[in-house]
Amino acid sequence: MGQVFNIMTLSELVPGEIGIVKSFTDLEMSVKLMEMGCLPGEEVTVSRVAPLGDPIAINVSGYQLSLRKFEASTIILQ
Amino acid sequence: MKADISVALVGNPNTGKSTLFNSLTGLNQKIGNFPGVTVDKKTGFCTLPDGRNAQIIDLPGTYSLYPKSQDESIVFSVLADKSNAHTPDLVVVILDATNLKRNLLLYSQVADLKIPVVIALNMMDLAKKSGIKIDVDLFAKKLGVPVVPISARKTEGIDKLKTAISFANKVALQEGSIDVETIAPELIGQISKEFKLDNPYYALQLAHQHENIKFISPAESERIEELEKEFSFHSQKAQATETIARYNFINDLLYDTVKVPETAQDETISNKIDKILTHKVFGFIIFFAVLLFMFQSIFSWSAYPMELIADFFVWAQSNLHQVLPAGPLTGLVVDGVLGGLSGVMVFIPQIAILFAFISILEDTGYMSRVTFMMDKLMRKVGLNGKSVVPLIGGFACAVPSIMSTRTIENWKDRMITIMVTPLVTCSARLPIYTLLIALVVPNRNVWWLFNLQGLALTGMYVFSLVSAIVCAFVFKLVLKGRERGYFIMELPVYRMPRWNNVAYSMYERAKAFVFQAGKVIIAISVILWVLASYGPGDRFKQIETKYQQAEYTQRLKPDEVTKAINSEKLENSYAGVLGHVIEPVIRPLGFDWKIGIALITSFAAREVFVGTMATIYSVEGSAEKMESVQQKMKTAKNPQTGQPRIFISSGLFAHDVLRLCHAMRQYRCCGLP
Repeated sequence: MGQVFNIMTLSELVPGEIGIVKSFTDLEMSVKLMEMGCLPGEEVTVSRVAPLGDPIAINVSGYQLSLRKFEASTIILQ
Repeated sequence: MKADISVALVGNPNTGKSTLFNSLTGLNQKIGNFPGVTVDKKTGFCTLPDGRNAQIIDLPGTYSLYPKSQDESIVFSVLADKSNAHTPDLVVVILDATNLKRNLLLYSQVADLKIPVVIALNMMDLAKKSGIKIDVDLFAKKLGVPVVPISARKTEGIDKLKTAISFANKVALQEGSIDVETIAPELIGQISKEFKLDNPYYALQLAHQHENIKFISPAESERIEELEKEFSFHSQKAQATETIARYNFINDLLYDTVKVPETAQDETISNKIDKILTHKVFGFIIFFAVLLFMFQSIFSWSAYPMELIADFFVWAQSNLHQVLPAGPLTGLVVDGVLGGLSGVMVFIPQIAILFAFISILEDTGYMSRVTFMMDKLMRKVGLNGKSVVPLIGGFACAVPSIMSTRTIENWKDRMITIMVTPLVTCSARLPIYTLLIALVVPNRNVWWLFNLQGLALTGMYVFSLVSAIVCAFVFKLVLKGRERGYFIMELPVYRMPRWNNVAYSMYERAKAFVFQAGKVIIAISVILWVLASYGPGDRFKQIETKYQQAEYTQRLKPDEVTKAINSEKLENSYAGVLGHVIEPVIRPLGFDWKIGIALITSFAAREVFVGTMATIYSVEGSAEKMESVQQKMKTAKNPQTGQPRIFISSGLFAHDVLRLCHAMRQYRCCGLP
């Protein structure tokens, strides 16, 4: 139960860190993300951050995906 | 050409779909519009091994049948509209062998619509290189469809694909993927019953997309809405359930048929390039260097062919005037139609070069990195990373740039981009700037180094960018967004550009420009020619009789008389009358009716402004004789105030008024908004 207070989102990872998608906080965004292969149980790696600090690029299901920090913050990691 | 079979090409973006389309159809293709929307419809013909003719439709790349952008919404409409003439008999789904998992989502959706399918497994060479092993036979057997491994870039396997198309079944034999009915059993059942559908996935798609598709009536759409309420159907939740189920199916399928090594090789090379190209400092330096090179090339490479085209039309017009008998019909054909045509054709070199660059930048994957780098900056003023491309293109020509905004998913972002793109100084405005600057800015150096006129020109470009940004910011506050913007975008692996595609893109875009925007520009040119060549009542006759009097014929040389007649005729033509009518409105800016006419005529094309000014101030030739136009405009005093007609401020205003006119014109050219 202690885990509840310890929610980690994708936007908190720094380049090189790996996480596993657990769930989403935004339904509309999750539909698009899942279509792009970013599903619960999938491993994601942050590969780089754009020069101005936003958006970020992640590796997921074998390809590179870019998304804004805000969008990454709707992805909860295990 | 008549088609025996109609084939639709469907696939994710960046899977080599257009390369495949090009190798199937060759130059035997054309870009049209899907009815009612400004989405390019690329169709072409291909002869099959059995001699039949196949019509190939290239549908916009999409990740799923649920559309996120205007482009994508076409895909389901074309596949599902049974009444449409273009309804495909067969769908070729192109899959990227290096990323089968994500690609198979779209396949499984299309397959469930129960249209006959053939899979083209593209990039087999790259997949092999990175150690991906695909058991193609087992893969085909499990799906129940023909699978043809190809390499579109190397044109390998294209003949086998053509054979597969010719042998394709008329009925869909593919295995089902997921149990669609469990997603919304009652709703699917009821819709199937009321609309007499035998395909549950088709019924489910209707439930999701009934508001956006045109082939069902409003009453039918309302009925579906009612049913959705009755069975408390939630579109997004259902989509999420469906996507998860599909990926489960895909994972099972891939587990048996595909072996992927731990890390793909290409990825690391791309990573190394990305480290430089999206670097905090070098990234921007490289981007601006690329831009600079692009503009330099657009201006310098196109200068010679543009001159050639312009010269050709001048030559043709003067020759035709000599050959054909003088009269209204000759005038209409030579001055109206040919004049308009030359105004269109002269832009072909710039458009071709611009699109060559854009196509190379997109093909290599660099464009998506630019969007990635610029997104934060652009978002501050209400734009989107994806607005960078049209804005850059706007420096060359706004028409094709506005056409390229279709890839922006978000309605508000797209609208703002469309609104501000014409504000960016395009190449056709250069002659007008040159004329106006030479008129109001003295030609001398300041601080030894800078030429005042050169500075003014640079200032105009900066001013145009600033005004675009300010307008974007205002629109951001004014426009109400109907949908949320997001920036979830694939960053494709870097690849060498395909020169074939670059050439096709140059050819296609130039052709589309001539036929789409060209129609409008020529029509306006003809109308303006008529307005400028005819006047109300017998005014023209009176002018001619007036100059036949001895008082004029003796005092003036014959060509001076002609000039005087032409000039006075223009003042009394419908265009001149119009100029007089709008004079009260533009007088506060320091303009008279003459500039009014030029403003009206420049609706057809901005360069016409210079030409019209030349005619009005009764000078022979147009751009070449700019010097003398300037002289006359300078000395023309305002009769009421005695001040010179042109002020610096009014020069700037002139250019802004022009800009608005052109903005409106371009929206029309593109059929937007």
